[in-house]
Amino acid sequence: MQNTFFTLISRRLLGAIPSLFAVIVVTFVIMRLLPGDPAAFFAGAAATEEAIAQIRTQLGLDESMFQQFWIYLQALAQGDMGRSFTTGQPVTTDLLERLPASLELTLLGLVMAIVVGLPLGILAATRPNSWIDHLCRLLTTSGVCLPTFFTGLVLIYIFYYLLGWAPAPMGRLDLFSSPPDKVTGFYLIDSLLMGDWELFNSALAQLILPAITLGLFALAPLARMTRAGLLGVLNSDFIRTAHANGLPRHVILLSYALRNTLLPVINTMGMVFSYLLGINVLVEKVFAWPGVGSYALEALMASDYSPVQGFVLAIAVLYVLLNLTVDLTCSLIDPRMEAAR
Amino acid sequence: MKRSLEWRYLLLQNPLTLAALVVFILVVLCAIFAPWLTPYDPFASDTANSLQAPSAAHWFGTDQLGRDMFSRVLMGTRMDLGIAIAAVFLAAAIGTFLGACAGFYGGYVDTAVGRGVDIIMAFPLFVLAMAIVAALGNSVANVVYASAIINMPFYVRVVRSEILVLKGAGFVEAARLCGNSNSRILWSQLLPNVSAPLVVQMSLNMGWSMLNAASLSFVGLGIRPPSPEWGIMVAEGAQYIISGQWWVALFPGLALTLVVLCFNLLGDGLRDIIDPRRRT
Repeated sequence: MQNTFFTLISRRLLGAIPSLFAVIVVTFVIMRLLPGDPAAFFAGAAATEEAIAQIRTQLGLDESMFQQFWIYLQALAQGDMGRSFTTGQPVTTDLLERLPASLELTLLGLVMAIVVGLPLGILAATRPNSWIDHLCRLLTTSGVCLPTFFTGLVLIYIFYYLLGWAPAPMGRLDLFSSPPDKVTGFYLIDSLLMGDWELFNSALAQLILPAITLGLFALAPLARMTRAGLLGVLNSDFIRTAHANGLPRHVILLSYALRNTLLPVINTMGMVFSYLLGINVLVEKVFAWPGVGSYALEALMASDYSPVQGFVLAIAVLYVLLNLTVDLTCSLIDPRMEAAR
Repeated sequence: MKRSLEWRYLLLQNPLTLAALVVFILVVLCAIFAPWLTPYDPFASDTANSLQAPSAAHWFGTDQLGRDMFSRVLMGTRMDLGIAIAAVFLAAAIGTFLGACAGFYGGYVDTAVGRGVDIIMAFPLFVLAMAIVAALGNSVANVVYASAIINMPFYVRVVRSEILVLKGAGFVEAARLCGNSNSRILWSQLLPNVSAPLVVQMSLNMGWSMLNAASLSFVGLGIRPPSPEWGIMVAEGAQYIISGQWWVALFPGLALTLVVLCFNLLGDGLRDIIDPRRRT
């Protein structure tokens, strides 16, 4: 078991290298097409021609494209993703600082979607054509139609402006709190580790609206997949046999039907999560969230290519790890997947 | 005659699809006749009347420059619908061509197309679209290209898998025995058989592609203000949300949601009609 697990992991990680390399190449090429001259940007408005030329040489921008790419790859191999012109910091530092904010938001959104979506799908599948089935259909159809940036604004208007329940959409903490000591970078976990409930509540209050925005979007595919998968399984022969053998309903549902439904649901979950990582850019902009998405967006607007390259690469690596986790979970749930490999 | 009766029956069976169809036709009419329907010039600013709440004179209120929101939302239909349709057709055309070649010829062609698709799918799609638009420059055409590129893989996959199944069928062998060339078989025998799943994919894709275009302009890429486009309008309204002027962002956002909803309902309905087995 242990052995097959390790071969599986290493084979998948090795198999991901070509596509990661392709991502690096494509991003590099696209970023070199960005308008604007980074050297002029870096030198400032009052710089002379010579100063700009000097900075260009310093940044290696006067080398050929291949030469630049080779230099970039060598740096990358040492974990150096270049330096951001706008923040003046190494991209790796910036990304590591901001990644927890994005991950905390995305994960909480996904958890909310799972907590609501799975039971909703199960209830809808076990009671077809009841009111809960119709509710499920309404939510799943409308959930994917709502533009995430618009949902976020509506939530801000209702819960901040009208009701005053939510704090101002201005980042991860209100002005009066200072961030917890960094352990994981997730404010919710770190504040709990410090035992500071006030800070935890403050962080949660800031987090809840953006997380709901993401969750609403992720809810639809999850509930839909759960309902469809479970309906299919519930109609199959082995469930009828289990019924005929007199097994109690909840045993049939939970240990027979649900386990077989989980595979497509977990695959969908992986897909949804990866999509959420991309859509994060929008939610982070609406809620002024200091995550990697807004970082990449600002950099893109300023033709600052190192942060964008670093961001895309980081997300691509996350994708690979995510797909690996999904496959491993699937093979845990369904041993047949293991045999098929 | 019989065919049209069948359609009518199917539409009446699905009231939701019928409603979506009606809304869709209305939206298309709005897009076509927008310049004649708008009560005000969507670009004319009137700073004396800025940020007015909805009233009889301005149904959707006015924005920060005093422009009539109703006129702007109506004109936005043109832009958003146009981009979505252009992007989906472009993606479907290229994707079908590549997918058909990959499925039919197999071998190196298949491997090359497959690799290309894998590379696109390895990106966070929205971020890829952002990067493409930023690199190519802010224009409507570039938004269409970027949307088409990120949508293309889905068509390649659908068409490839359909062609793979179909190419061993008897009618293909028969066509070959009759002396048809490869390209002729592909064009006249196989592609018509792929059209059903293709149409379903396209209609489901339309709403998504519209959301994508609006999201791009929301973050400030692609279409530039003062163009009346829903994403930009929501972005402009966003700063007034926290001071209570909800109408600037609400109406374009609602319009976008409504049209996307209508596309998705139509897509679901079409799928139920064309291919009931895939219903979820």
